[in-house]
Amino acid sequence: MFLEQLINGVTLGSIYAIVALGYTLVFGVLDIINMAHGEIFMFGAFVGMLILSKAGAPLPVAFLGAIVVASAMGLLLERLALRPLRGRPGASHLASLISTIGVSILLENVAHKIFGSGNHLFETPFAEISFQLGGVTVYLVQGVILLISLLLMAGLALWLSRTRSGKALRATAEDLETAGLLGVDTNRMITVTVVIASAMGGVAGVLVGMAFSYINNQIGLSMGLKGLAIIIFGGMGSVYGAMAGGLILGLSETFVVAYGSSGYRDAIAFVAIIVVLLIKPQGLFGQAPAEAKR
Amino acid sequence: MKRNPHAVAAVTCALFALAFMGAEKAKPAAKPKAEPIRAKIGVISYITGQGAAYGEAITNGIKLARDEVNAKGDVAIDLKIEDSSGKQEQALAAAQKLINSEKVVAIIGPTLSNEMFAAGPEANASGVPIMGTSTTAKGIPQIGKFVFRNSMPESQAIPAAVGHAVKKYNLKKVALLYGNDDAFTKSGFDTMKETAEKLKLNIVTIQEFQKGQADYKAQLTKIASLSPDAVFCSALYNEGGVILAQARKMGLKVPFVGGNGFNSPKVIEIAKEAAEGLIVATPWFGEKNDPKVKAFVAKFEKTYGKKPDQFAAQAYDAFHIMTNALKTAGAADRGKLRDALAATRNFQGVVGNFSFDADRDVVMTPSVLIVKNGKFAIFK
Repeated sequence: MFLEQLINGVTLGSIYAIVALGYTLVFGVLDIINMAHGEIFMFGAFVGMLILSKAGAPLPVAFLGAIVVASAMGLLLERLALRPLRGRPGASHLASLISTIGVSILLENVAHKIFGSGNHLFETPFAEISFQLGGVTVYLVQGVILLISLLLMAGLALWLSRTRSGKALRATAEDLETAGLLGVDTNRMITVTVVIASAMGGVAGVLVGMAFSYINNQIGLSMGLKGLAIIIFGGMGSVYGAMAGGLILGLSETFVVAYGSSGYRDAIAFVAIIVVLLIKPQGLFGQAPAEAKR
Repeated sequence: MKRNPHAVAAVTCALFALAFMGAEKAKPAAKPKAEPIRAKIGVISYITGQGAAYGEAITNGIKLARDEVNAKGDVAIDLKIEDSSGKQEQALAAAQKLINSEKVVAIIGPTLSNEMFAAGPEANASGVPIMGTSTTAKGIPQIGKFVFRNSMPESQAIPAAVGHAVKKYNLKKVALLYGNDDAFTKSGFDTMKETAEKLKLNIVTIQEFQKGQADYKAQLTKIASLSPDAVFCSALYNEGGVILAQARKMGLKVPFVGGNGFNSPKVIEIAKEAAEGLIVATPWFGEKNDPKVKAFVAKFEKTYGKKPDQFAAQAYDAFHIMTNALKTAGAADRGKLRDALAATRNFQGVVGNFSFDADRDVVMTPSVLIVKNGKFAIFK
């Protein structure tokens, strides 16, 4: 049973990590907690479901479709809900948080109108491929989810640290005005960041559909809350923190059920987070306050 | 000749009078029956808000029954329908309005057990019979002697399903799985546990989950590792369907016994083949080979464009039970109606053979169903 639960935990953790990566990217650059991220992820899942189950198209098309739709939503979110508030004299620090909450409520209700409140079957032959590993049934999807989450993490880390645009992004994160004076097109950088984060949300949506077979209009909320907890736990704005935090939360939730009591699944996971924050308030991979961005 | 306007008027009047007299004369000839018992019956239902689908089914069932009863002509019922929005205080206000302003002879509803705990004592204190058609919690008829229900409590349905499955499959080891953050699934679980203990089954594990969870693999993996003979699961259909699908996918093929939450075609819609072998007990089975049930289903579908569910069927029966008692009572009198209601025995409704016990609670035998070839069928 240990091996099976380990696989369950790693799969769940990898999904949490991908969702958290989207949050952490936007937070790192904009200092904004994008509350609509969970709903963009949910729309990615629904687009994937429509392409796979209703249109019967192959899996790569589903990923592509989810990425395109989620990116477009990210673009709209940035243009309509974030940019108008940016740099406005007198605009509260919380204004953008509230406006993303508004977008998330809007998107959840739009999904409810279009898809209804029930579960939708996420059907794809790829999710049925399995093999035996030491007497345990392992689904190929579970491996793919881990792989994609690791690739996304590595790609993001490389992009941020090694490329020119990554450098521009970090400069933007450091100081918006100075970066602008030094010739960085900050508006473009911010748009790119939100779009990339949303695209990752779309990917995560399709992966969740494949892993759990069902999606509904509430998954954005439940996954989104977990993603938020993870970036606080792993360290705000840290790519490695999101990955490690996701895996730790997924594994601890699974093993609480396996060897403890399933009734305390969420409680124990969140108590663990509180304990870590008491010891290391900036989160696992967070920078110490002295070096903090502001 | 000069016309006399008075004469014209008089003649016209006379003609009209004759016409009316003719009409008056014709009526008693066509309907020689006695004057029908006229009564106002109040309905409190969950018509707006999240659970509006329940209220819609219930009021549709009641209206269909009213049209039938009024067409027969020995009683003439005027329905006063009030919305409770699923809220206790609104249900209470509706009850007060119906009792004091509308002066109804009896009330059908409210929809939720919680609401009944607010409206029931009020009706009881005012001496107005009140009958829940969908209230399944413990202790409802115990509110007082004017409080009734015709909805079978889960504490009767679940033991029937469990008992049947245990006998049929010779179950010894069972696992329990339930949603721990919902009063309804929790109470279903309590009954399952009690029944399992009574039947001396070995409970290998009790697993819990929370509403809206997407991933049940951790719990199911644990259950599978203990290899029980069956899983007793108390969940609402949205979670229940997903649980079944994930269980079958990971190789847990044992029978599932569900509570009332599983008693919905939606479970099959969600879980598809994975629903095969699911066992539930239900007071209402729409595919029953009974002319009365068939006629009701056909009529309901024709009027409202969809098949009646359990809530519509129970509300339909409740109205007939109420008007039958009214006929026995012989007058629209609250006290006499209560006594006649309490004496209801062996009423043949679409839900089945129905009686009240001494506590005004439900006496009936549920049908035990199993999912076979993608639909519910009688479990033999």
